[in-house]
Amino acid sequence: MDVLVVLPGALRQFTGGESKVTVAVPDEATVGTVLDRLGDELPALHRRIQDETGVLRRHVNVYVGQTNVRDAQLLDTPVPLGSDVTILPSVAGG
Amino acid sequence: MTDVLLLVGTRKGLILARSDEARTRWDVEPLRFPMNAVYGVGVDTRPVTPRLFAAADSEHWGPSIFHSDDLGKTWTEPDHAPVRFPERTETALTRIWQIQPGPASQPDVVYAGTQPSALFRSLDGGETFELVEALWDHPHRPNWEAGFGGQAIHTVVPHPSDTGKLTVAMSTGGVYRTEDGGASWAPANKGISAYFMPDKYPEYGQCVHKVAAHPTRPDRMFAQNHHGVYRTDDGGGSWQEIEHGLPSNFGFPVVVHPHRPDTVYLFPLTADAERIPPDGACRVYRSDDAGASWESFGEGLQQEGFYSSVLRDAMCVDTADRAGVYFGSRTGELYASNDEGESWQVIARNLPDVQSVRALVV
Repeated sequence: MDVLVVLPGALRQFTGGESKVTVAVPDEATVGTVLDRLGDELPALHRRIQDETGVLRRHVNVYVGQTNVRDAQLLDTPVPLGSDVTILPSVAGG
Repeated sequence: MTDVLLLVGTRKGLILARSDEARTRWDVEPLRFPMNAVYGVGVDTRPVTPRLFAAADSEHWGPSIFHSDDLGKTWTEPDHAPVRFPERTETALTRIWQIQPGPASQPDVVYAGTQPSALFRSLDGGETFELVEALWDHPHRPNWEAGFGGQAIHTVVPHPSDTGKLTVAMSTGGVYRTEDGGASWAPANKGISAYFMPDKYPEYGQCVHKVAAHPTRPDRMFAQNHHGVYRTDDGGGSWQEIEHGLPSNFGFPVVVHPHRPDTVYLFPLTADAERIPPDGACRVYRSDDAGASWESFGEGLQQEGFYSSVLRDAMCVDTADRAGVYFGSRTGELYASNDEGESWQVIARNLPDVQSVRALVV
């Protein structure tokens, strides 16, 4: 299935300015699967979302539909058919 | 005409400033990499066109190293992380504190010092780096503690002619050196006090803030420690105090003159518990005799009510015949001297707090 990944403005420099990218993943994919696929295609974007140990960066939030994956199963959160994945920076810094 | 380019890493981005040979009028360019902390900037003068480096880390999006091969007009980074810990370490890079080109005989070698404390080496001019495994695996590493700024290797001092020799400094942990190209490492802190530990002169664990050496006299190094200013004349085998004549032995940067290996600059702060300049006066201290005596210079600098400080990499020299000296403060002032540190002018104000400064004479 194709999953639409929606990106914040700060990350669009890594997609040629596109605010959304589509990645092809197997049915019954998880957030981890989607991000792995994103990393295959756009490594400079991917490393802004996960560090080299695979952990989601502390101030990056990932949503499946309206659900923050930190409130679900993190990278194991299922991505149902037709759901978008949205990347957003948290409100942080000074 | 000779031009001078200044790279200024701040808490919220990179500033470039350019001047001509006189270094009296400066063109300060708009902020690059906004909202990225630039703790490390570097200049590699070995290529025909010098390569510039900026280690930028975003609180949101993590760290990276950018480089420029057109003197700062454009900047690029590799798609894959230039510095990343191997999987077996189960560690993630927090920040790159230092980018240091290697010696002239190894034109493609560039070092990166990181937080957590690790040394990385590039063999392709600073585009991709590999962990120096032996230092990461050092049995002392579990005992290296984090200072207030984090636990980092913040200083890398390559030997200019012996490629087997390399010195690094970390907070805390102290000075370590290798003589076999990084295959083995030993602490080099003999004579340096760690007043904050039960054993005041431990083998390692010191809180060194910065180490500097002159390339024509590499076995003589200077160290500004967390209370303590030292010199070694034997490549780190032992260190002697060189504090006499200073108002304080606390501070962060130490910089060596580009042409005179016995001339060294400091920016003393009152104390660990009082990190402001003595008497609220902004003054640079210079020794012309390798630390035997010190003279202070404040012309053009604020002499009352200056309560800012200068961080470990926020002072540097250029390589002009009459050397320029530069420093940036935590309150965002950027100062330049075109007469070897004797008088000063303000280049910029109200920058984000300055973390790192390097100068290039083009």
